[in-house]
Amino acid sequence: MKTAIDNPGPALAQLGGGDGRLRWAWHILPWAIALGIFFVADTYISLGTAALEMILFTLSIDLALGYAGIITFGQAAFFGLGAYAAGLFSIHVAPDPLLGLLFGTIIAALFGLVTGMLILHTEGVTLMMLTLAIASMLSAVALQANGLTGGDNGLQGMHISPLFGLFPFDLWGRTGYLYALGVLLLWFIAAWRIVRSPFGRSLDGIRQNPRRMRAIGTPVWWRLVAIYTLSAAMAGTAGALKAQTNQFVGIDSLDLLVSGTALVMLILGGTRRLYGAFVGAAFYVVVQDLAAEFDPFRWMFVIGGLLIVIVLFLDDGLMGLADWTQEHVAGLWRGAFRK
Amino acid sequence: MSAPPILEVRRLSKSFGALPVAQAIDLELRPGARLGLIGPNGAGKTSFVNLLTGTLRADGGDILLAGRDITHLKPERRVQLGLARTHQINALLPEWSACDNVAIAVAERDHVAWRLFRYGSIWRRCTDEAAAQLALLGMERLAKLRVAELPYGEQRLLEIAIALTLKPRVLLLDEPAAGVPAAEAHAIHDALDRLPAEIAILMIEHDMDLVFRFAREIMVLVRGRVLIRGTPDDIAANPEVRTVYLGRGKG
Amino acid sequence: MAYLTILLDGTAYGMVLFIISVGLTVTMGLMRVVNLAHGAFAMIGGYVAATIIEQGGGFLTAIVVASLAVGALGAIAELLLYRPLYRRGELAQALMTFGFTFVVIAALTALFGTNVKTLPAPALLIGLTDLGYTHYPTYRLFLIAVGAVTALCLWLLIDRTLYGARLRAAVDNPHMARAIGMDVNLLFTGTFAVGCALAAFGGIIGAALLPLEPFYALRYLVTFLIVVIVGGVGNFKGSFIAALALGIIDTAGKFLLPGTSAYIIYVLVIVLLLWRPHGLVPARSAP
Repeated sequence: MKTAIDNPGPALAQLGGGDGRLRWAWHILPWAIALGIFFVADTYISLGTAALEMILFTLSIDLALGYAGIITFGQAAFFGLGAYAAGLFSIHVAPDPLLGLLFGTIIAALFGLVTGMLILHTEGVTLMMLTLAIASMLSAVALQANGLTGGDNGLQGMHISPLFGLFPFDLWGRTGYLYALGVLLLWFIAAWRIVRSPFGRSLDGIRQNPRRMRAIGTPVWWRLVAIYTLSAAMAGTAGALKAQTNQFVGIDSLDLLVSGTALVMLILGGTRRLYGAFVGAAFYVVVQDLAAEFDPFRWMFVIGGLLIVIVLFLDDGLMGLADWTQEHVAGLWRGAFRK
Repeated sequence: MSAPPILEVRRLSKSFGALPVAQAIDLELRPGARLGLIGPNGAGKTSFVNLLTGTLRADGGDILLAGRDITHLKPERRVQLGLARTHQINALLPEWSACDNVAIAVAERDHVAWRLFRYGSIWRRCTDEAAAQLALLGMERLAKLRVAELPYGEQRLLEIAIALTLKPRVLLLDEPAAGVPAAEAHAIHDALDRLPAEIAILMIEHDMDLVFRFAREIMVLVRGRVLIRGTPDDIAANPEVRTVYLGRGKG
Repeated sequence: MAYLTILLDGTAYGMVLFIISVGLTVTMGLMRVVNLAHGAFAMIGGYVAATIIEQGGGFLTAIVVASLAVGALGAIAELLLYRPLYRRGELAQALMTFGFTFVVIAALTALFGTNVKTLPAPALLIGLTDLGYTHYPTYRLFLIAVGAVTALCLWLLIDRTLYGARLRAAVDNPHMARAIGMDVNLLFTGTFAVGCALAAFGGIIGAALLPLEPFYALRYLVTFLIVVIVGGVGNFKGSFIAALALGIIDTAGKFLLPGTSAYIIYVLVIVLLLWRPHGLVPARSAP
């Protein structure tokens, strides 16, 4: 089994025989698709933007959970915090989108740093419970502080000025889409580098056996705090993006459901692949959109069922399925030619 | 006799509720020491090692490594200062290859594992050294295999390889040959024979032949207390030890 | 005197939490499986009972039939869904059970819609009892009584019977339990079924305090988990104390500090878990 560290690229990359050039082609593919949607499928742009934001959020969970093994069900805390921070920034300080994005990211990162330092010496169910409790606490505080956050009604009155002073965030959402895509690309490159660095490898080691890592002198707690903070920053950016492109922040941004659905997306796509977040989030957003036409809750049925099936049978998510398919197809292919 | 002790333990104590696991244990290890730690089951041998490494926090007493008080330091910090161990039950990274398991230890030892950039050259250097380390122990054929695919004896050997890579000053071996089938055990014995002379080594073992062959000194632990410490001959001849541990069958 | 009312209200709420959560603490402690779908079982029990009553059944009939039905459902789920995941670790279990919760929510919405499902109590229990200083809802007294009796019965079962001894042994050391010939599989399935039945029981009688609607399973999930983890996973007494404490503190908070109560609980949970990561259970003394 190829580990994601050796081959974090798309599942089918090996089909070209591991050829370096062909590998890069497969890397371009998801981004090409994303750009293609922009030019071709006008009506789906707002859905696409939502998908991009969820991809970034899911990516943040892949780093913390998939690679470092931190069982976090409360990632929505950072998402929501980034959203509210960016929203409040635009209302009370300045409507510039990039500054607001930076602010949201930093606030989420700081919160991640502080809470991470507090809880990351625990593990397993205790850690999971602590992440849940922190997220629930934040959600309750946001609901309570309705003078600041708008409470149940959400944060309204946001106004975002044009990007770089040139591109307004209009009703068609074209600026929003490319904005989100650009930010996602930057964070993706960062995640890619992190995952393949010695730091990223040590995190993978920590996930597999923290005891072993301590026995070779790894400052486990510090590494976990570092990746948790980074993951929080990423989630915060995703939240800020959502706030800015919708010019609204709903109270449900902090909900357990948000954390849970992102986890579902990640498992669907496949952990420790980075692109798994792409596949999973895109799939989920599309299914939810399609199913919602019939019945708002049918998508929960489909997604829940898929999650059960994947956890029980498809350990590696949809990308793992693609891997498996590709291996078998390639085997058949080679077998056919050998005869 | 002339070199100062590299490891000093003074009145180390630990209890779990009413159960004493270590009772005012004293110990001194000089560089190059070969100490065997034996005792009946439940005597607290592994707990003692855990106290030394910091996995267990002591109730009282001091531990000094090269004169420096490490009693309250975290386990990873003690490793960085030169105290390494192997585990009674393998603690390896199952999804990685043997070579990568050692390579990450090289990276941590050289303090480059936190690096985010220039990863290619750093990792290559680490894997090169890892390959050399594995070759020293005769494991070069298996270097690229995933740990989960290694035979048990080789996994035990890998534990030792990783500990050695850290270039420790004090090495704690927790039953290195335990569970290894006789056919593979010689590799472990060879590795133990070839351990660098300057490292101070404490070895827990139940295999008496191995202990008497390896150790220049033996310490007997019973119910958390040091019963006696002396040369292998002293220990073998001591009547108390015989009754408590070696049993009448040893003769 | 209002404090006494708070105490009674809080105790009633705590009893409901205990009855629902005790099954979870035992299964999480026994099978070491993270079961995020526990609330779903409680919810199903409530819905089944409500339907039975709607169809003309009595309160007691509804309780018995619904609890048994959910117990059976739990046994089936354990065999098909949970058992394959025992070796797979906490994350896989958390995810599968999370997915299972989604499925249950969707199914119940399809069947019953999104509105709150009322579960009418029997005439005997409706109304007020004269407590001297005030007239207090009889149903809440019923909840307190039922909770106490259930706790007592369970304690006797766990502490004084062979089954209980086996259960405690298996919780302490499943490997050893298997090694001495205990049919751990049967024990697991049976205990899981009982846990689900208890959850259903709690969901049914607690419907007045925890209203039945499809998102019940997610809405109260964190609350049930708090009871279990703060009390100490697998610790029966701990979950009793934690449930009562949670019930009383939450009720008192809502009354005395309206608004802040919601996050005070979480702050307390966080502080407590940081101080004692294993819950109220004294630290395990395994050398």
